[in-house]
Amino acid sequence: METQLNDIFQDKIDREIRIEPKDWMPEKYRQTLVRQISQHAHSEIVGMLPEANWITRAPSLRRKAILIAKVQDEAGHGLYLYSAAETLGISRDEMYDQLHSGKAKYSSIFNYPTLSWADMGAIGWLVDGAAIMNQVPLCRASYGPYARAMVRICKEESFHQRQGFELLLSLSRGTEAQRQMCQDAINRWWWPSIMMFGPTDDESPNTIQSVQWKIKRFTNDELRQKFVDVCVDQVKLLGMSLPDPDLHWNEARGHYDFGAINWDEFWNVVKGNGPCNKQRLDTRKKAWEDGTWVRDAAAAHAEKQKKARAA
Amino acid sequence: MNAEWPLWEVFVRSKQGLDHKHVGSLHAADAAMAMENARDVYTRRMEGVSLWVVESKYIHASNPTENGEMYDPANDKAYRHPTFYDLPDSLKHM
Repeated sequence: METQLNDIFQDKIDREIRIEPKDWMPEKYRQTLVRQISQHAHSEIVGMLPEANWITRAPSLRRKAILIAKVQDEAGHGLYLYSAAETLGISRDEMYDQLHSGKAKYSSIFNYPTLSWADMGAIGWLVDGAAIMNQVPLCRASYGPYARAMVRICKEESFHQRQGFELLLSLSRGTEAQRQMCQDAINRWWWPSIMMFGPTDDESPNTIQSVQWKIKRFTNDELRQKFVDVCVDQVKLLGMSLPDPDLHWNEARGHYDFGAINWDEFWNVVKGNGPCNKQRLDTRKKAWEDGTWVRDAAAAHAEKQKKARAA
Repeated sequence: MNAEWPLWEVFVRSKQGLDHKHVGSLHAADAAMAMENARDVYTRRMEGVSLWVVESKYIHASNPTENGEMYDPANDKAYRHPTFYDLPDSLKHM
């Protein structure tokens, strides 16, 4: 019975028929999606924190309005994704619990500090750029609600990357101090950004299954390579450089070769020892706890209105 | 006992992967009947692969006369659109 259902399921996937919430699916597929979608949602929510750090210090009203709009979008993206995950039978509270208890992960990139205004540009260009590279293929993920959420997100994400590049472009045309600030931000965000694609393919045992289920369309290394290739050309427009002496064109491969990634650093940050892990989680938990009375008051008010109508 | 059956709104998913889309409404005594009627009224020609029926009274609609306050705030925020940013033409893949 189970094998037969599984055959029908895999056949749908192979024929590019989307899986919808009421369709039968293997338990492992459901769990993989819950983990991936909720982790993605958590990343959007925690991802607001490093940028929120600069809202009050944006150098102009224009930049401030843009940054607020971007952070607001990220809250929205978190909400799209949480509700997509809820269609798989996990509740919002469970997901929040997993985030707050440290059981669920979010993207490690947000455990790095935002030290200068140029970081707002580098995050837009590199961090959002890497995210987009990852997310565009997810618009065709086999699970319908996830794919639909990703379509909405990708549409909105484009402005995030462009405002970042524009910000860096104006710094790159500025004073020597501004140019230095720009290069410094690129230096600090480059390696963590290319780590965002996750471990190399041979260290990523779940990839094969996810590709077979068409949750993923490309492997981590394929996406990382695509991202590197694109950035090498883009950085030239800024008149800046990427902090990798081993970066050079490989004619035979038709791609840029790049230097060794420091995976010890990657795993160290994943395990909770990055520069801001504790701060991010504490801020997030405090926001949740500080909001308790608001949630309680809204629920009490709704209850009271209901009674008034019934009476 | 001559009450009109309640009104139900019908949503059809035309294909796996697409959203359910509102197609119209109908009257039915309960959800099961609404589902059967929806099938007969709205999907006689393979218009759908999934149906939702929701009793109309549970739909809370926004008021068009309040469209000003609802949507105006989005109007002057051109910076939410990617075209707002003036970038060199030679910039590719962004």
